[in-house]
Amino acid sequence: MNRIESRFARLRSQQRKGLVVYIGAGDPHLEATRQLALEFDQAGVDVLELGVPFSDPLADGVVNQLAAQRGLASGTTPSSVLKTVADIRRDSQIPIVLYIYFNLLHRVGLDHFIAQAAAAGVDGLLILDLPPEEADDYEALMRKAGMCPIWLVAPTTPDARIERIARRAQGFIYYVSREGVTGMQSTVSTSIGDMTQRIRQHSQLPIAVGFGISNPDQAREVATHADAIVVGSAIVNRIAQLGSDPTLAAQVGAFVRSLADAVRSASASPA
Amino acid sequence: MPDAEGHFGPFGGRYVPETLVYPLQQLEEEYFRAQHDPAFQQELDYYLREFVGRPTPLYRAARLTEELGGARIYLKREDLLHTGAHKINNALGQVLLARRMGKTRIIAETGAGQHGVATATVAAMFGFQCVIYMGAVDCERQALNVYRMRMLGAEVVPVHAGQKTLKEAVNEAMRDWVTHIRSTHYILGTAYGAHPYPVMVRNFHRVIGDEARRQILEQEERLPDLLMACVGGGSNAIGLFYPFLNDPGVRMIGVEAGGLGIIPEQHAARFHGGSLGVLQGTRSYILQDEHGQIQMTHSVSAGLDYAAVGPEHAWLHDQGRVEYAYATDEKALEAFMRLARTEGIIPALESAHAVAEAIRIAPTMRKEDIIVINLSGRGDKDVMQVAEKVGLSGSVSAGKCGSGSS
Ligand SMILES: Cc1ncc(COP(=O)(O)O)c(C=O)c1O
Repeated sequence: MNRIESRFARLRSQQRKGLVVYIGAGDPHLEATRQLALEFDQAGVDVLELGVPFSDPLADGVVNQLAAQRGLASGTTPSSVLKTVADIRRDSQIPIVLYIYFNLLHRVGLDHFIAQAAAAGVDGLLILDLPPEEADDYEALMRKAGMCPIWLVAPTTPDARIERIARRAQGFIYYVSREGVTGMQSTVSTSIGDMTQRIRQHSQLPIAVGFGISNPDQAREVATHADAIVVGSAIVNRIAQLGSDPTLAAQVGAFVRSLADAVRSASASPA
Repeated sequence: MPDAEGHFGPFGGRYVPETLVYPLQQLEEEYFRAQHDPAFQQELDYYLREFVGRPTPLYRAARLTEELGGARIYLKREDLLHTGAHKINNALGQVLLARRMGKTRIIAETGAGQHGVATATVAAMFGFQCVIYMGAVDCERQALNVYRMRMLGAEVVPVHAGQKTLKEAVNEAMRDWVTHIRSTHYILGTAYGAHPYPVMVRNFHRVIGDEARRQILEQEERLPDLLMACVGGGSNAIGLFYPFLNDPGVRMIGVEAGGLGIIPEQHAARFHGGSLGVLQGTRSYILQDEHGQIQMTHSVSAGLDYAAVGPEHAWLHDQGRVEYAYATDEKALEAFMRLARTEGIIPALESAHAVAEAIRIAPTMRKEDIIVINLSGRGDKDVMQVAEKVGLSGSVSAGKCGSGSS
């Protein structure tokens, strides 16, 4: 069992919901990323998703695009992100997933990247633009490395395909709760409960729901339908506002704590 | 080619976010149904003939041939099509498909603006709402086409990300598409992207090669020795080449944008400075740095200024079936002026790249050899830009209607 699997096993045994947090690596620089990761671990985050900056993030809304630009501007590369993960591992066992575009792995070779990521202490990969149909090699390499391939399910995914994805998934399944790019929403999608039930017919794995959750109320609401919720742009937006402010980690940590509390309060009520 | 998953050998495929996978499968199914539906083909043929103006002539460029003193040069006159470039062959095919699928909204990316104009045109024709994404730099250098799209009722959205050209416009169109997937069809404008786009776009353009084959057999009673076309994403080139692929005696050269020369970030010649990668839905040759970040590109021609090339071209390149050359900005501008002054045809800057390579190669060939160049578009959109670059841009209203330089 890797760190993701044991974290979800623990949440399940404690009947708790999980919090997954996304930030762009290297925004504003990698030392901040390291500090944020340690802060999030203390604040009750269950999985940290680190976005590896890419020049053409076509699945991302403007908030995450700008974060990727800041990451690239601070000199962040896929290998320097792995080095940062290794640094985080000296102080923390927080489960870490890299959120990444396929070309960045493809460029250095899948086997090479996956071996390096595992060695650095990465627990899972979420490749935005690699559907399961193109992923046979990837899955074999991930299995060998003991990392979880995290697969997405979208509102447009039909049942037959959900079943196929569910069969391949490990760690958790990520339900992207609306059609669109990453970004904050004033209301959350109403069909989440239906969709998570459909996914559950095909899989025992925990389901994390994300895309658009921006405050503790939404976090609580979505957590009633899911095993974990994912918050990204709302946090990235705060990082953008604070930039190199010395209180960055503390201030963002306080916001993340409010999300963790909301998720925990949803755990008390039945799903 | 391609296989059932859209692979051309190791190239192609479908590398997209999950939200797009099922809609692409539906598009693929509907496209293959339409392809075998005689009513669809009839309607497409009708509009290609009566609205778009097909067939286009295969014109013997006698003066250029004579000046160069080598192979006989023929021009496939896609520049004479309604809206001024080959792009409308594909835009028309896809809009009929969008109607079959019950979509109400059309989006597209555009570089030179020709695909945007073609899309805005067919959207107007069939009453679709239409949004065109265009890099802010391209909006500037192809301003005429921005006005045309707006007159046709399309909304033109300038894209300010990255280098503000075609690649960023594609990113933005894909973001729009995932957000409005149920109502919207994305008319991708070149033989690029996730399956089924490369095969579908090729098939909508193969009419260029089918006609050229018939026409050259009529005029010369034999097949040509060499086909030439410029290659941005690769749609006009594959449209001309495809019907000749099984004719071993027909040599083919695709011409990429050499920009200021093959120096990183100064060109868009993917086969000369690129490597294997995955971008915007497909696996092909792309211009990228050592980490896999996509590199900047440069070309005087907005339609060729793109970091990736269609997967079927990657396959034909690796098979050795098609050769890929490049023409620099300078050579393309020279060819632009030369075609205007020897043949009375102002080509698009994109097409001028193919003409430039023909000017280089024709004198080395025998007089009985035959070259067919795909003249993919006309140069009206480029007139202001070229006038500035070649020093013809003085006031035309203050009595200075002189003959200009060169
Ligand atoms: C006239 C013309 N030719 C060629 C191209 C390049 O595209 P492709 O390589 O798909 O033919 C363009 C693109 O804008 C164009 O407008």
